[in-house]
Amino acid sequence: MEDDAPVIYGLEFQARALTPQTAETDAIRFLVGTQSLKYDNQIHIIDFDDENNIINKNVLLHQAGEIWHISASPADRGVLTTCYNRTSDSKVLTCAAVWRMPKELESGSHESPDDSSSTAQTLELLCHLDNTAHGNMACVVWEPMGDGKKIISLADNHILLWDLQESSSQAVLASSASLEGKGQLKFTSGRWSPHHNCTQVATANDTTLRGWDTRSMSQIYCIENAHGQLVRDLDFNPNKQYYLASCGDDCKVKFWDTRNVTEPVKTLEEHSHWVWNVRYNHSHDQLVLTGSSDSRVILSNMVSISSEPFGHLVDDDDISDQEDHRSEEKSKEPLQDNVIATYEEHEDSVYAVDWSSADPWLFASLSYDGRLVINRVPRALKYHILL
Amino acid sequence: MAAAAAAGPSPGSGPGDSPEGPEGEAPERRRKAHGMLKLYYGLSEGEAAGRPAGPDPLDPTDLNGAHFDPEVYLDKLRRECPLAQLMDSETDMVRQIRALDSDMQTLVYENYNKFISATDTIRKMKNDFRKMEDEMDRLATNMAVITDFSARISATLQDRHERITKLAGVHALLRKLQFLFELPSRLTKCVELGAYGQAVRYQGRAQAVLQQYQHLPSFRAIQDDCQVITARLAQQLRQRFREGGSGAPEQAECVELLLALGEPAEELCEEFLAHARGRLEKELRNLEAELGPSPPAPDVLEFTDHGGSGFVGGLCQVAAAYQELFAAQGPAGAEKLAAFARQLGSRYFALVERRLAQEQGGGDNSLLVRALDRFHRRLRAPGALLAAAGLADAATEIVERVARERLGHHLQGLRAAFLGCLTDVRQALAAPRVAGKEGPGLAELLANVASSILSHIKASLAAVHLFTAKEVSFSNKPYFRGEFCSQGVREGLIVGFVHSMCQTAQSFCDSPGEKGGATPPALLLLLSRLCLDYETATISYILTLTDEQFLVQDQFPVTPVSTLCAEARETARRLLTHYVKVQGLVISQMLRKSVETRDWLSTLEPRNVRAVMKRVVEDTTAIDVQVGLLYEEGVRKAQSSDSSKRTFSVYSSSRQQGRYAPSYTPSAPMDTNLLSNIQKLFSERIDVFSPVEFNKVSVLTGIIKISLKTLLECVRLRTFGRFGLQQVQVDCHFLQLYLWRFVADEELVHLLLDEVVASAALRCPDPVPMEPSVVEVICERG
Repeated sequence: MEDDAPVIYGLEFQARALTPQTAETDAIRFLVGTQSLKYDNQIHIIDFDDENNIINKNVLLHQAGEIWHISASPADRGVLTTCYNRTSDSKVLTCAAVWRMPKELESGSHESPDDSSSTAQTLELLCHLDNTAHGNMACVVWEPMGDGKKIISLADNHILLWDLQESSSQAVLASSASLEGKGQLKFTSGRWSPHHNCTQVATANDTTLRGWDTRSMSQIYCIENAHGQLVRDLDFNPNKQYYLASCGDDCKVKFWDTRNVTEPVKTLEEHSHWVWNVRYNHSHDQLVLTGSSDSRVILSNMVSISSEPFGHLVDDDDISDQEDHRSEEKSKEPLQDNVIATYEEHEDSVYAVDWSSADPWLFASLSYDGRLVINRVPRALKYHILL
Repeated sequence: MAAAAAAGPSPGSGPGDSPEGPEGEAPERRRKAHGMLKLYYGLSEGEAAGRPAGPDPLDPTDLNGAHFDPEVYLDKLRRECPLAQLMDSETDMVRQIRALDSDMQTLVYENYNKFISATDTIRKMKNDFRKMEDEMDRLATNMAVITDFSARISATLQDRHERITKLAGVHALLRKLQFLFELPSRLTKCVELGAYGQAVRYQGRAQAVLQQYQHLPSFRAIQDDCQVITARLAQQLRQRFREGGSGAPEQAECVELLLALGEPAEELCEEFLAHARGRLEKELRNLEAELGPSPPAPDVLEFTDHGGSGFVGGLCQVAAAYQELFAAQGPAGAEKLAAFARQLGSRYFALVERRLAQEQGGGDNSLLVRALDRFHRRLRAPGALLAAAGLADAATEIVERVARERLGHHLQGLRAAFLGCLTDVRQALAAPRVAGKEGPGLAELLANVASSILSHIKASLAAVHLFTAKEVSFSNKPYFRGEFCSQGVREGLIVGFVHSMCQTAQSFCDSPGEKGGATPPALLLLLSRLCLDYETATISYILTLTDEQFLVQDQFPVTPVSTLCAEARETARRLLTHYVKVQGLVISQMLRKSVETRDWLSTLEPRNVRAVMKRVVEDTTAIDVQVGLLYEEGVRKAQSSDSSKRTFSVYSSSRQQGRYAPSYTPSAPMDTNLLSNIQKLFSERIDVFSPVEFNKVSVLTGIIKISLKTLLECVRLRTFGRFGLQQVQVDCHFLQLYLWRFVADEELVHLLLDEVVASAALRCPDPVPMEPSVVEVICERG
């Protein structure tokens, strides 16, 4: 029983932005945005056929500028947002917009493999997220498991809540909040919590993590000095509320219980340079994926702080959102955390990693040189988790 | 003459031949043997028949043999030898004969005197024996006369002897009667005078007789009088016994006398122990007063002396007297005494431990060991007397416990000394440098720390070694010969300290907030070097010193030297790695700020190297000097001369040109990808945090890799104008000029800086690189 070999896809340009097509639960599909200053930027729609281990692609033009962040709507397969750089009058401005893919690509049809860029199609611009008064956009996050009508964007030191109306063709600023403090404070990353009825958002600025209540746009917790250096990314545990993971330029990945802001629950120090991305698996929250500028992707097993610290229960619902209290009644010894695998197919800094929406055992990673690598969780571990 | 001598035996051999003819078998065997001899000597067989045979076949021709036969010999000579040889044989034989004659004369002459002396001695013995015989005869006659006289005297005196015997018996009886008649008055006088012992002895002697003849009126009267007097005597003894002022010897005497008078032993035993308890508890209260709330005036040695002479001495007296008086009590009595001693002894031990606990804070082991020695010696006597009470074992346990606590105290002292050394180092590092005056260098600080810790370790070993000195009474106990040395001193003190030192040093790598209250990097460097020195030499030296001084045996499992050295090495490696990270972070922060805070799109044309780059080079040089103070150089892959440096510079420029080819030729995007991938094939992946080795080049390489990687990541996050790109070119070339000499492989610096410039070019909408010649001019001028 051998694991499948990784599948590698090369883009022509540098790239940083990667997202799964969140609303798509049947086909394994990723969206990659390129980052090029000289040529038209593109969005590659990567269709992965896991039965035949082949990749089909479609290319969309993104003529607005180089893409720094991309995220897909959780409800509408054809809608996505990008954060892109626009240069005018010797100034760089990072903007955000909502786009719609051509209709024929939503359902996953693809053209012949030898198409060229001259046949690339164009995205339909739905609306801009006007941030002229707020500064540069860092990222846009969609409300998880929502109806695709709420997004949050982080612009410099502002957190902005938008309502998308009239089929996302109009974005109205619903509410906002600002970071107060000395110095030039800027948000670097944000994440919308799937718990508490999606009323909480966590943000990262410099070395601090903050929690916000979207109803009152007030701060609810603050983790000072979460990392020794800048915090690059964070993610919520999908199955266990109050738990989130963060990573940063101190080469560490930390796991927090937001009820205790002074000490992380656990710390990983497996990377030798900045950690750019951390992602929980959607279904099995003991699987944590991290990507770093040391060119490595590390898959870790954090079972001791997951929703099933005593192993898999036979009658457990894998997709349960609730914390499983029954496991705590057992007197079994907690399982050990460990590094499952280190993936070294990349030769440049890995800036994005993510899990597939359709297949919980499959993930993609993207490095700066435009290399996209699709890997699977080792079969032995997969069967161990399932059985 | 020679011919006549040779012909002499010849006529004799003729008759010898004929008588042997008739024998059938014997001549045949002899002839056969002779035949063999002839064969050996080479004679022909033909002459064998005529040869005369000797009386024995065992080589009769051997001159020195037992069976020599002259006839056979001469006949053989005559047959075998020519004339000349015959004459030589005669000459030789004559010479031998003369030598033998001379030897015999010498022997006779030397022993002649002895023969004469022997003859005289024998004659003298004969005369003496004769005289002795006469004297013995006279003695026998005299003895017979004496025997006769003795018999007659005995017969004469027999009658008088019998009469004398009777008179002696009567005399003894009368004396006894007189004693009995005088007994009451004697007892009364003794009681009045206080001579109780004498009175008891008189009573003991008369008791049996009075008891036997009490049916006689006169004896009964005497008995009654004596009983009255004895009762009064017993009462006086009890009175004296109960007085608190009397000491143990007096009390013992009283009890002894009372026992002799027939008092019940059980009751006396209880009273005796009660009195003894009172006296001993008084001693304990005195000791407790010395432990009072005020600081103790006498030192621990004086306290131990007081306890030893007062309490333990008293306890010994009580025990000895008790065993002497109440030996008849048997095991029950012994157990009672043991319980008594055990109870009071435990209180004494508690007081001793309280006093010894007050000494734990002190630094002087000598006084403490002497006090423990006195304590232990004092308790050997009661230990022997009262084996059941277990006092000796309890005392030994106390000594062992104090020794164990003392080891803990010294371990704490070593730890405090180490932390004190670290504090001194931090102060020295933080002290502002006086202009023109150089502070102590890192090497000097390291030497100070190492020598200070080593002297503290040696002082602790010397102090603790007092417990095992030969003159100390408890040093030959099994604990102090085995467990104390191996588990206590070696494992608990020395190995425990090394563990503690490693943990303290490693805690500097785990500081939570890397921004505030950071450990000075020089301290990390110094500690890593200290731990490395411990791994290479100091640990084995300390353990060897300990094993030699304390004769650590192999019966206990001890930590191997290799395990301890591995821990120290791991600690050193961690510290050095952390140093690389910290210093890399410092330089990275400078580079990061310089990239993030500049408007690269609108920057002016570069005319100088940016100041931050010069600062980076200065800091790297300072780090190089700092590390060089403590670590060796290490090996470089290639040592470049100036010409090689220029060659590399040209190569680097050509690589840049190659990388920038797409910017000149508008081509399909695939070409860019192809060129980038081709470049990647020939570029090694650079591990930013490869393991750091214990040399300067490795440390500097790690720091530079971290810094340049950070520069690369920051450049990728910005957007550059044309002049911004050119400024990056100038800065990178400047770094290349000055950083290559610090790293193990200068190609590494080229690759990293090439990547930085390439990334900047990719982040530039309109890349127009600066001419290499202009770059060089600016860098040289900068």
